Amino acid sequence: MLYDTLIAPFADFGFMRRALVASLALSIGGSSIGVFLILRRMSLMGDALSHALLPGAALGFLLGGLSLPAMSLGGFLAGMATALVSGVIARFSSMREDASFAAAYLTAMALGVLIVSLRGSAVDLMNILFGAILAVDDTALILVVSTTTVTLVGLAAVYRPLVVECFNPGFLAAMGIRGSLYHYLFLALAVLNLVAGFQALGTLMALGLILLPAVAASFWAREVWSMTLIAAPMAFASAAIGLLVSFHAGLPSGPVIVLFASLFFVGSLLVGARASVRMRLSRAVHLRG
Amino acid sequence: MTAALRLVDLTVSYDRHPAVHHVSAEIPAAEMTAIVGPNGAGKSTLLKALLGLAPHIEGRIECTAKRIAYLPQQAEIDRSFPISVFDTVLLGRWSRFGGFGAAKPVDINDARHAIKAVGLSGFERRPIDTLSVGQFQRVLFARVLLQDADLVLLDEPFAAIDSKTVADLMVLIQRWRAEQRTVVVVLHDLEQVRRDFPNALLLARELVDAGPTARVLSADNLLRARAMAEAWDEHADACEVPMRLSA
Repeated sequence: MLYDTLIAPFADFGFMRRALVASLALSIGGSSIGVFLILRRMSLMGDALSHALLPGAALGFLLGGLSLPAMSLGGFLAGMATALVSGVIARFSSMREDASFAAAYLTAMALGVLIVSLRGSAVDLMNILFGAILAVDDTALILVVSTTTVTLVGLAAVYRPLVVECFNPGFLAAMGIRGSLYHYLFLALAVLNLVAGFQALGTLMALGLILLPAVAASFWAREVWSMTLIAAPMAFASAAIGLLVSFHAGLPSGPVIVLFASLFFVGSLLVGARASVRMRLSRAVHLRG
Repeated sequence: MTAALRLVDLTVSYDRHPAVHHVSAEIPAAEMTAIVGPNGAGKSTLLKALLGLAPHIEGRIECTAKRIAYLPQQAEIDRSFPISVFDTVLLGRWSRFGGFGAAKPVDINDARHAIKAVGLSGFERRPIDTLSVGQFQRVLFARVLLQDADLVLLDEPFAAIDSKTVADLMVLIQRWRAEQRTVVVVLHDLEQVRRDFPNALLLARELVDAGPTARVLSADNLLRARAMAEAWDEHADACEVPMRLSA
């Protein structure tokens, strides 16, 4: 019974195994990106970024059909272009970066929907928007796993400057170090992860697996590295449970996975060790010193 | 008396409005200098310009210091960031290990000593978001201690800090002077400037006076400073004085 519920789907079906490995890789790379996204107060900018992939992915689709490499490359270029353009606008005007980001991604999103509607059906659009983790093939798997490798190596390389740039940007600047370089390296890694996630979960859902575990982890950990260590297993657990539930109940996998990630978030919000509802209520009894 | 810093006809502007306007002054080496002036007088802007962080500079800054330590106003730091006291202080040794190297045992040892020197022993593993404003300022001072700089710039280090902490931190500043470091501090408490700082620079976008504190902080000068700082003209004409002394 337990075997049938938990193991058999993966043992019997290749697509479930590939989906499981893909979500393991996405969880490890994506959740550490998510931790930095929330620490940089860029959670909503991450959302904007994920929408900005759309015109590139759509253009790839228009030129190369349903080819993953074409759509991924297009998505990555569109995401980076949006990030760079909004960064440049923010630097050369007095506009704040979140506003210029919103302007850029709304433009990108509209372009994307328009391009998809030129050729292709509503089914294609649904695929791009919501992904199909059960359709992950070997090419997609290699793409996802390579992304995770690049992400972990990249984050390890820029970890310290990135942390300092988050919490005290002036300190780096005073030492003549250009923090914006690390900012854009990080953005490139974030876009890369969104691209890797969009085949599996879709542009709209990919950010859920990246961000929700990171937010949940912030209710437990007190330092950046421990947040990352807590976020990754939570991401993988929500992916694995989500896959099983969607398999047995015949539900679309992307939303189910993201909903389980939000369960982790709500649970952490309620009983977490830091700033959670439980801690707030237990404040009624104060300590001696 | 040698100068650690020489400002030559320095103008720093935001959106073409000068925040610091045609200032020429010298800041003596191995001394304590207070920068005073009303709000909006360009004090923080001047510090930013010294660090090379100001957006648009005309004129010249001559600086003999090799290593500069800078203590920002607390609002410029994200105090909710999940980082420990120890790691924050250890960052002071960035020039040794950079973004990628490992901290050596000597750096770690020095960081412990610096934390002890500011009276925060036992707080090493505490996250910074659990500290009071005064305790966090002690952390930043410990980081400056570790930077071993010959020029120390402090931007309003005593804003919203109790007198006990101010007294403790003043001891550190005095020690820096004894170690022949140049210390430049932006301050609002004129009594404290008169008591502790031999030199002062009174700023009201333009230079009012710079030199011995007793002369600079005369009632006459302070009155002039206030009048000058409040004069802000949205539709000011272009300044006619030739600005570009250096390329």
